[in-house]
Amino acid sequence: MVKNMNKQKYQKLTKKHSPKENKTKNMIISFVVGGLVGVLGQLLIDLYSNIDSVSHEEATSLMMVTLIFLSCLFTAIGFFDRWVEKAGAGLFVPISGFAHATTSSALEYKKEGLVMGIGSNIFKLSGSVILYGVISAYVFGIIRFIFFGG
Amino acid sequence: MNIKFDNVFVEDVSTVAGPFVIKGPLKDKFDKKYEDFYDGENTFEKCEIKELIEAIKVLLKKTNKNEEDIDIAISSDLMNQLTISNFAYSKLNIPFLGVYNACASMCESILIASSMIDSGKIKNAICTTSSHNMTAERQYRNPVEYGAPKPKRATFTVSGATGIMLTNNKSDIKVTSATIGKVIDMGVTDIFDMGAVMTPSAAYTLNEHLKNTNTKVSDYDLILTGDLGMYGKKMFIDYCKEEYNIQIGDNYDDSATRIYDYKDNVYAGGSGPSCLALVTYSDIIPKMKSKSLKKVLLIATGALMSPTTSNQKLSIPSVSHAICLEVI
Repeated sequence: MVKNMNKQKYQKLTKKHSPKENKTKNMIISFVVGGLVGVLGQLLIDLYSNIDSVSHEEATSLMMVTLIFLSCLFTAIGFFDRWVEKAGAGLFVPISGFAHATTSSALEYKKEGLVMGIGSNIFKLSGSVILYGVISAYVFGIIRFIFFGG
Repeated sequence: MNIKFDNVFVEDVSTVAGPFVIKGPLKDKFDKKYEDFYDGENTFEKCEIKELIEAIKVLLKKTNKNEEDIDIAISSDLMNQLTISNFAYSKLNIPFLGVYNACASMCESILIASSMIDSGKIKNAICTTSSHNMTAERQYRNPVEYGAPKPKRATFTVSGATGIMLTNNKSDIKVTSATIGKVIDMGVTDIFDMGAVMTPSAAYTLNEHLKNTNTKVSDYDLILTGDLGMYGKKMFIDYCKEEYNIQIGDNYDDSATRIYDYKDNVYAGGSGPSCLALVTYSDIIPKMKSKSLKKVLLIATGALMSPTTSNQKLSIPSVSHAICLEVI
């Protein structure tokens, strides 16, 4: 069917015309945005630590809850996807990415019902994070227990 | 495989265009528009069904016909089980065939209908297409609110529905021939690069069509490919030269690059079965009616992608079909 062209040759041809992604620009944006999320997190910890009854550890948890809440809220309002698309790893590597993936899946399947829709699909994108997070915690926990005595 | 038709004519066309398309270069040429992805419905799917029914109703009104006057309807969309077409035609009293060749479905449905009309078995037929950015996005990629970064070579599914009425009654525009393409797989696995997936099948179909009809590229006022996109278009020109030694000239364009305003962040351009159909019916057919274009070759290109096989790392096959329209 095909005369001159083979898969390798064709790959070269497509590569020639494929637009180059601006990796440096994307990395700088991700770095800056990711850094800003870190700064925001630190500010929140400092803010919560100022409350008398809150310990530093509790302040860290409160900071995470706040970031998760904001990411979920912004996803639900509908503009966070455009931010994540632009900022890339700067927003989807921090906890905001997990919250965004989970909320967007929940919104997507809302119309298919609470059980077959949201229940079955909420972790469609973020399920891997949970599964491999639990597995690696288990594996590294055992290693730590064996070599460092817990 | 080339088929020649003697007695098939275009009676009229209809277009319903959705968000992004209505801000593009063809914005003043559509029969109907809708502003947002829901258009008053509570799901994207219901919205798409509504727009397809709308396109059919506009077509019936323009041609002064009732549902009962139509011998058959052939319809296509991107959803699994052809959901949109099935549901739209459940509300209509027209004998129905559903076809799927992804974005090549437009030409596929026209060539099936034309064969039936030409054989004298039926007098008229309507061919409809539908696509919707959000329903396609959620089926083929990610939840719509999920902001995954996309590469520049990705395409942006067109939202809109179209219809064309073919008949054996003589009109200005004749469907003269069609070429049925073969499914070609050149080993592309990149789910964002539909242009690269479809280019080989588009070029194959073009070569077959030219060979079987004894025509040259320069015999056509316009050769319009389906939805290869901004970069796929360049690949197509190169591929035709290298593989078939066909020199593509200025009379060639790709519908994906004609549908959007690129300022809207639409990556490499449009895609979906309605992309070529919207460009053809809103722009090309009127130009043919006013005789500024006389012979047009449409090559609808379809990437036969399935998320399941793509996740299994299989490459994406593609098929393209061509239709030749001539002013008589």
